Amino acid sequence: MALSRSVDDFVEEVGGLDTGPVCVRGGSTQWLVGGRVQPGTREVVAPAGIVTYEPAEMTVRVGAATTVAELHEALAAHRQTTVLSGPSRATVGGVLCVGRNGLASARDGRVRDVLLQAAYASAEGRRVVAGGPTVKNVTGFDLCRLLVGSIGTLGLIGEVILRTRPQPDVDVWLNGICDPFALRRLLYRPASTLWDGTTTWVHLEGYAADVTAQQQICASAGLVPCDAPPELPPYRYPLRPVDLTTFARQRDAVGPFVAEVGVGVVHTTHRCTLRRVPSAEVIALHERLRDQFDRTRRLNPGRDPLACDENAG
Amino acid sequence: MRRRTPTVRDSLVEALSVALAPDRVHTGDLARRLFARDASVITGGRADVVCFPTSTAEVQACVRVARAHGRAVVTRGSGTGLAGGAVPCDEPVLVVTTKMDRIIEIDEDNGVVWVEPGVINLDLTRALAPFGYHYAPDPSSQQSCSIGGNVANNSGGPHCLAYGVTSAHVVAIEVVLADGSTVMLGGVEAEPCGLDLRGVFVGSEGTMGVATKVAVRMTANPPAIRTLLLDFMSVRDAASAVTGIIAAGVVPAAIEMMDAAITRAVEQYVGAGYPLDAAAVLLVEVDGLPDGVAAECEIVERVGREHHARSIRIAADEVERALLWKGRKTAFGAIARIKPNYYLHDTVIPRTKLVEVLEQVYAIAERHDLLVMNVFHAGDGNLHPLLVYDARDPGVLERVHAAGAEIVAASLAAGGVLSGEHGVGLEKRKFMSQQFSVDDLDHQNRARRAFDPDNMMNPGKVLPTGASCGDVQHLDTIPAGAWL
Repeated sequence: MALSRSVDDFVEEVGGLDTGPVCVRGGSTQWLVGGRVQPGTREVVAPAGIVTYEPAEMTVRVGAATTVAELHEALAAHRQTTVLSGPSRATVGGVLCVGRNGLASARDGRVRDVLLQAAYASAEGRRVVAGGPTVKNVTGFDLCRLLVGSIGTLGLIGEVILRTRPQPDVDVWLNGICDPFALRRLLYRPASTLWDGTTTWVHLEGYAADVTAQQQICASAGLVPCDAPPELPPYRYPLRPVDLTTFARQRDAVGPFVAEVGVGVVHTTHRCTLRRVPSAEVIALHERLRDQFDRTRRLNPGRDPLACDENAG
Repeated sequence: MRRRTPTVRDSLVEALSVALAPDRVHTGDLARRLFARDASVITGGRADVVCFPTSTAEVQACVRVARAHGRAVVTRGSGTGLAGGAVPCDEPVLVVTTKMDRIIEIDEDNGVVWVEPGVINLDLTRALAPFGYHYAPDPSSQQSCSIGGNVANNSGGPHCLAYGVTSAHVVAIEVVLADGSTVMLGGVEAEPCGLDLRGVFVGSEGTMGVATKVAVRMTANPPAIRTLLLDFMSVRDAASAVTGIIAAGVVPAAIEMMDAAITRAVEQYVGAGYPLDAAAVLLVEVDGLPDGVAAECEIVERVGREHHARSIRIAADEVERALLWKGRKTAFGAIARIKPNYYLHDTVIPRTKLVEVLEQVYAIAERHDLLVMNVFHAGDGNLHPLLVYDARDPGVLERVHAAGAEIVAASLAAGGVLSGEHGVGLEKRKFMSQQFSVDDLDHQNRARRAFDPDNMMNPGKVLPTGASCGDVQHLDTIPAGAWL
């Protein structure tokens, strides 16, 4: 296994402060999140490929341009996977930079917790390594958490080490009309509970007998097996989990939606004004961090992690 | 009578006393001695003014007064840290959060609980028990360590193997910054917009501000739990079994390992029924839904037998389970039966390298004529070699240090890291450049500077600098009941 190019080559191509604005293009599946990149910005492509995969270690080292689909195909041979998700073109680096969670985050964890180590190009064109290769590590400041969701504004990720997890033995989607909040209280850590204001979808995963037992609880609430979750509308807003019921009451105003119950994310068909406005102190910290990491704003210019556009496209 | 001229320090103490209350600002010799060190082996700290705020506003006042008087601020929770993170350097204003110990709100609807930083870890789990929840990170010091300290060190514990360390359980933190302003990092929302400021603050060891409120996740109690004790006639077999369990696709809630010497000491101390003649034991816990637990239990048993487990005992009830865990979590109290002093290391290695690195650890100790005991979080490769010694033996301290440095080097050479849960503090600053390049460390320092441009919050910790504080050369006895 090898990378399509070395991380050092990638860092060299990113270049230093005198080489102007630069951005990384991955699968372009969330290209507009954080805003449009400044026109004329030079594009680079991160290394791709799986460098090392140690199933017994439950870690994998991959180039950032590796697609999530390709990664998961390799991991599936050892009945493992990661919490990353996205369309077939989505890249590991892209999903990490945007930081949005998959539908199973309530059970399987968040994208921000999957990154163990990242090698990235700094704004000055230096190779920087954040984090460490082991599944547990508190050595130094946790820059990996900063990189996830940074929309590529602090550094351009070339290669990462990710935590893997076992694939569940079985999984099943069910749907029906019931109170999703009441049902969720009866289940033990369902992977997903979705709700469109009328219909509830539940995703169960685990050992077969356990899934069957949980499925019976769902059946008594009126749910039956179905093929897949509903198609998610394009706009996405994080809410406090408790605010979903209030949100649903405004259905006439907000239009069709799918809500992740217990998590708080809602997917809507059109833009809403739901996002919490960051405080002045949070904005100031963002600016100071960006000043420290990229004073001239040459990395992904035009994009702002605080302006995370709701459009998935 | 000659009247003493008021000093800058008098002004500092007076301002703090007005902002808090005179009885919560301590300057006496006892306080300065008591708070000059934490639970680490590091001595040489210099405390001066010790403050006990009870609110965010009072923490803000402490920070502002300290700043106005040119003093740094060091935050301290329960003082259970093992890397010197709370050891005060150069007479800062010491902010002790033990009086900020309220559980503010148990918010079942959002699945979080808001606490003040001084809440004790185990008290939080006890408070959540009636609701069917617990707080997952469980350092062995959980009876005394505080949530604020856990946040500062990104603490772990046996059950972090499956559930993740502190960072995975903290969703929001109210922080007083170096200029005295407050900011809420993160949020109860699933995906708060912007950079993960919460994430970089967790584990920053007090260098980015003072946490004054923390929202942590409530973790549902598993419907089924099984705790297994496997005993082996060789450390190699036990370590291989750990690797085998993970390789079989099982991530138990916990896999803890104890070698022969510590197992004997624990058994004589607690009487948990550990086998006295075992070369090593594994304490494995699986939890979840009943059938999954049964299936994983079978896998653990099978892998154990494949690696020559001599016996496998499954705790019959909660009483037996609690006793087995009591043995593991009080291991350090047992060490006093063997030698009066010990130095505890904390490194992480790839878990597939357990066998080879453990063999190196034993060889290093033998080469330096030292007794080493291993009791550690084997499932995630988090080693805790204990170098046990008698400080009265001539030349022993030099050998302890030399052996420790070799253990760190062996861990890094195996692809490991310096710390899994104790943090860097003062203790491991000197090793940081062995794991990170100059550019790596520069970027870590940039993150710190964004929060604290003037280096006023716990200066001199984590990152290697020319400044020195504390004397790790002077090894001393860890207080009774120390932990890892």
